[in-house]
Amino acid sequence: MLGYYLDLAVRSLKRSPGLTALMILIVGFGVAASMTSYSVFRAVSGDPIPWKSSRLFVPQIDIWGPKGHSDGSSGNEPPEALDYTDAVALMRDHRGKYQSAMYRVSPSVVPPDPHMHPINVGGHAVYSEFFSMLDVPFQFGGAWGADSDAQHASVVVINSKLNQKLFGGANSVGKTVNIDSKDYRVVGVLDNWNPKPTFFDVVNTGGFTTGQEDVFLPFTRAIDVGMGNDGNTNCAEVPTGSGFVGLQQSSCVWIAYMVQLDDKAAVSAYKDYLDGYFRDQKASGRFNWALNNRLRDLPAWLESEHVVPSDTKISLLVALGLLIACLVNTAGLLLAKFLRRSSEIGVRRALGAPRMAIYVQFLVEAGTVGLSGGLLGLLLTWVGIHGVSWVLPKEIASLARVDLSLLALTLAIAVLATMLAGLYPTFRASRVQPALQLKTN
Amino acid sequence: MMQIRPILAALRRHRIATFLIALEIALACAVLCNACFLIVNRIHAMHVVSGVDEKSLAYLVLDGYDRGRTNDLNARIIAGLSAIPGVKGVGVLNTIPFGDNSSINGITIDPARQRYSHEINTYIGDAASLRALNLRLVAGRMPTTDDYRSIANGFVPRDSMVLITRSLADSVWPGENPLGKDFWCIDFHFRVIGVVDHLTIPEPESRAAAGRDFSAFVAATPGNEMGGGYVIQADPRELPRVFREVMLAIPKIAPEVVVDHDGSGLLSDLRERYFLNDRAMVGILLGVIAALMLVTALGIVGLASFWVQQRRKQIGIRRAIGATRGDVLRYFQIENFLIVTMGILFGVLLAYTLNLVLMKAYEVTHLPAAYLVTSAIVLWLLGQLAVLGPALRAAAVPPVVATRSV
Repeated sequence: MLGYYLDLAVRSLKRSPGLTALMILIVGFGVAASMTSYSVFRAVSGDPIPWKSSRLFVPQIDIWGPKGHSDGSSGNEPPEALDYTDAVALMRDHRGKYQSAMYRVSPSVVPPDPHMHPINVGGHAVYSEFFSMLDVPFQFGGAWGADSDAQHASVVVINSKLNQKLFGGANSVGKTVNIDSKDYRVVGVLDNWNPKPTFFDVVNTGGFTTGQEDVFLPFTRAIDVGMGNDGNTNCAEVPTGSGFVGLQQSSCVWIAYMVQLDDKAAVSAYKDYLDGYFRDQKASGRFNWALNNRLRDLPAWLESEHVVPSDTKISLLVALGLLIACLVNTAGLLLAKFLRRSSEIGVRRALGAPRMAIYVQFLVEAGTVGLSGGLLGLLLTWVGIHGVSWVLPKEIASLARVDLSLLALTLAIAVLATMLAGLYPTFRASRVQPALQLKTN
Repeated sequence: MMQIRPILAALRRHRIATFLIALEIALACAVLCNACFLIVNRIHAMHVVSGVDEKSLAYLVLDGYDRGRTNDLNARIIAGLSAIPGVKGVGVLNTIPFGDNSSINGITIDPARQRYSHEINTYIGDAASLRALNLRLVAGRMPTTDDYRSIANGFVPRDSMVLITRSLADSVWPGENPLGKDFWCIDFHFRVIGVVDHLTIPEPESRAAAGRDFSAFVAATPGNEMGGGYVIQADPRELPRVFREVMLAIPKIAPEVVVDHDGSGLLSDLRERYFLNDRAMVGILLGVIAALMLVTALGIVGLASFWVQQRRKQIGIRRAIGATRGDVLRYFQIENFLIVTMGILFGVLLAYTLNLVLMKAYEVTHLPAAYLVTSAIVLWLLGQLAVLGPALRAAAVPPVVATRSV
């Protein structure tokens, strides 16, 4: 029966080819335009790690109290990073699934080839769980183990670019790299990982640093060798001690921290732990002000740090609005077309067709329009995504990728919307007695 | 005007179709308002006034030098670069507008330093850098030789003499004369000696619009505490060549350093790089608007054509009993106007509500009424334009159609 209805649908659509083409074009165009613009908007300012961002959290502890708050934009916002004392304490307590304290380093690397100049590289001092927490992809090898953190081991993870420069792109795991005139053993080579924004350490990079993340080495080791902080340092008072050691003893904040918490229970447990930590410190006389901690998930954190421009949300709504406008448009046209066919429905009903059959027939026709429009949309989206590289700078165009699940959803919505549009006239027509419909007109 | 009542009566018979077109116009209106608003905001942000003489400046960022011995590096760089023909000046400056390095400080005017009131960006530089920036002084004086003091603790001089921007002065000391006033950041003391017209913060989009010009220029002698950032001044026409030669000269002047290519460049290039994303956004938004207009117009054309076809007989009857072609044409035009108006009313409401919701949730500013009015006018015109074809076809229906049976 479906085949017969499909045949009827094609016949009906052929009867007004202009209108049919228009409907299919509008659906296709709507799907393509909204998908393309959505993917570009997302590339420009979107979520850097969409599959996990809601499970990554940034803890903030108010170690400065009221005197550290400026009442300008930040209100009573606690410092945006941790000082050394708290970062190490939080790492030691280890209450999240994965967590890492981190700070930005900028050491110099002496290439093994004596003819090459020393090069200045950027990177982070992190803990071993950093890599599994952020699903960092490896080309060779992998992360160092927790034992290396504990042993302050001289190991390093380098990115593919540095690997290319130092070892010609070969598997360099086990080889030695000279960093700040000390030897480190390569344990892993990253597979082209340079997320924008650099969400894991917004505080020290501002989110959109142009610098590369060339090296990652154990936090504990970096502290041991006195590898200085290359990121931001914020102080409420001038450190009493001098140099890097003075910084570690001070209340200056310079360490970014991220923790992975997989469910609501874990989040509230971590929040309790953080509050408890503050109370303990307060009890020991370190603070004399009220509890004022934060535990934001990554999207909220990026938002509060103004990494994502505030109009991104509107832009995404604009893309969505375009899709809806196109679908409403098609629905209107389809409706007009179907509403004229009450006499046809009357004939079929008079000849004994049950209401169900009428519904199925029209839904098939509407669905055909929706599906062809959707398929055209797929094609146009492909063209659009490739087309943006003509219009936009390649740094951005290369980031624009189609989200397959979203595309599937859009297709489903397109078909569903057209079918809904087909439902109403059928419903109306099938309510009336067949005899009446035959008489009118 | 006489025709409105019958048109409304006819529309009532096509309630759903009318509603759908109106809804479509409403959506178009809401999207159009917001998209235009976004575009204008972005363009506005992109045209931020830097306050410095961008055309004749380039900035050089070096890395990999010995941070404790910048005096030696600065001397070599300044001497080496000044020797390049066409270079008018080389100054040490910690950051530059549209660069990716910045020093952000909370400041207070309370001598007890209990409440910090503003977040500002500090440009810390020597006399040559200030000359190169070519800031426009609107009050007070430029720093004299005595005002350039040596930097303490790797930050700024203990007692700094600073130039601040007018918007910062107005915000910190509203209605007062800022000259000679003091402010503090932790233990560091600053005194205002002059007010400049504009000096944007290095990364203007990192802060809300009101604070984008909250900068201070701190007069300093770099000594061994600061270096690695150099502003280079040259004639605008010679600047590209000069900068190429600078890049070639650096390995000879200072073989141990590494040039940070992303942070260095002509100021015009830095600006362009900084606003790359904004330009992309504007482009795509324009595309979205064009697509939306096209789809809306096509929808109107489609539905109007369909209605014309459906009403051929009725049009014929009207023509047969005396209606002119103009009457028929006007009928469809007025009908379209009415539907579009309904859509616009609904759309304005939608756009406005959307804006209010967004304002509560995010830092979005109020949607000015001008956007609503403009969108309404655009959609009215679009509607009339789209309906013209089908309406003309309707007007061309001959009266004889009335005599034919369906």
